[in-house]
Amino acid sequence: MQQTKTVEIGTGAFVALGFAALFFLATQTTNIQRFEEGSYDITARFDNIGGLKERSPVAMAGVRIGRVESIVFDKDRYDAVVTLRIDSRYDTLPDDSDASILTAGLLGSQYVGLQPGGSEDYLGDGDELIFTQSAIVLENLIGKFLVNSGED
Amino acid sequence: MRELWEAFTGFLRTFGALQLFLLRLIVESPRVLMRPRLVSQQIFNAGALSLVLIMVCGFFVGAVIGLQGHSNLARFGSEDILGLFSALSLMKELGPVITALLFAGRAGTALASEIGLMRTTDQLSAMEMMAIDPVIRVATPRFLGGAISMPLLTAIFTSVGILGSWVVGVPLLGVDGGAFWSQMQAGVGMADVWEGILKSIVFGLAASLIAVWEGYNAIPTAEGVGRATTRTVVITAVVILVFDFMITALAISLG
Repeated sequence: MQQTKTVEIGTGAFVALGFAALFFLATQTTNIQRFEEGSYDITARFDNIGGLKERSPVAMAGVRIGRVESIVFDKDRYDAVVTLRIDSRYDTLPDDSDASILTAGLLGSQYVGLQPGGSEDYLGDGDELIFTQSAIVLENLIGKFLVNSGED
Repeated sequence: MRELWEAFTGFLRTFGALQLFLLRLIVESPRVLMRPRLVSQQIFNAGALSLVLIMVCGFFVGAVIGLQGHSNLARFGSEDILGLFSALSLMKELGPVITALLFAGRAGTALASEIGLMRTTDQLSAMEMMAIDPVIRVATPRFLGGAISMPLLTAIFTSVGILGSWVVGVPLLGVDGGAFWSQMQAGVGMADVWEGILKSIVFGLAASLIAVWEGYNAIPTAEGVGRATTRTVVITAVVILVFDFMITALAISLG
């Protein structure tokens, strides 16, 4: 009888610990709740998104305020429509803010940086950012540099 | 030429018999689950008894990831992503694979030698004579116990590993604790967690199936049981690494 008790306690403790670990992995190492509860979407059009990916961060003043929800190619206007999901804590972004695609560090991944505008109207769900600046493509930059240095 | 052909058909035959055995185990599973005591005894053997091993190994694997990650990320000045780095590598690769290898060594060998010894001492034949199907009474509960334990062990291994990497990274090497967790939470998605869980489920099924199969079909001699135990570890290791590659390729092409 003593032995079955040990087995039962051991099994119970093991299974409980296993589920606790699964719970830890699902909630503490990911950010599912943090932006899903209370957020709004805004869109921005870019001529070139460079290496931007879904889930890339959206930052203002270097602080992460949301993430890239989706990137879609617009086949009529030949540009990329990027949907940004912004944490609803930050609901006072001026509607003339401009978005640019920046690179974090030398080898870092790309993110969307927002610069606040001066408007007193705020962005809401579904609004589109008018002012955008595309990613800087290194090859184009080098190309321009070579053309310019050839003219001198 | 003829020998080659016979080796080939022999391999196909074993492979086919293994599939049928797996099918048999799956078909009998619901009936065995109606007797939870049988399964929980095996979860205890395969899971709870492996717990200390898994936690110690998980801690040190995480700690070494923290150490390696820190010294290599420091070259790029990106020590802050240490949390993300160790969480992803533990969750998607090291957690499932090392847990499965340890599981094969700790629980797989125990299963194979236990069942092999039952075969050698004619206990399985004795059961058949008493009209008890040894596949139901012996093989299926052990298979289920292993298959249920593996994902839980993997989750524990990964969690302890992340803590191990934290211990090395944050208090010892001075990575910012806030950056460690926030970079991890920002970078790890639910898809990454699912990839690890999927791998651990597949590895658990494979490792348990191979251990039970090898034990069940062991040659009934002392040498045969020894060979079955060795084969369990070797075959499980190869199968798991091959499956790991295939699942990773699948996850990357889908994601």
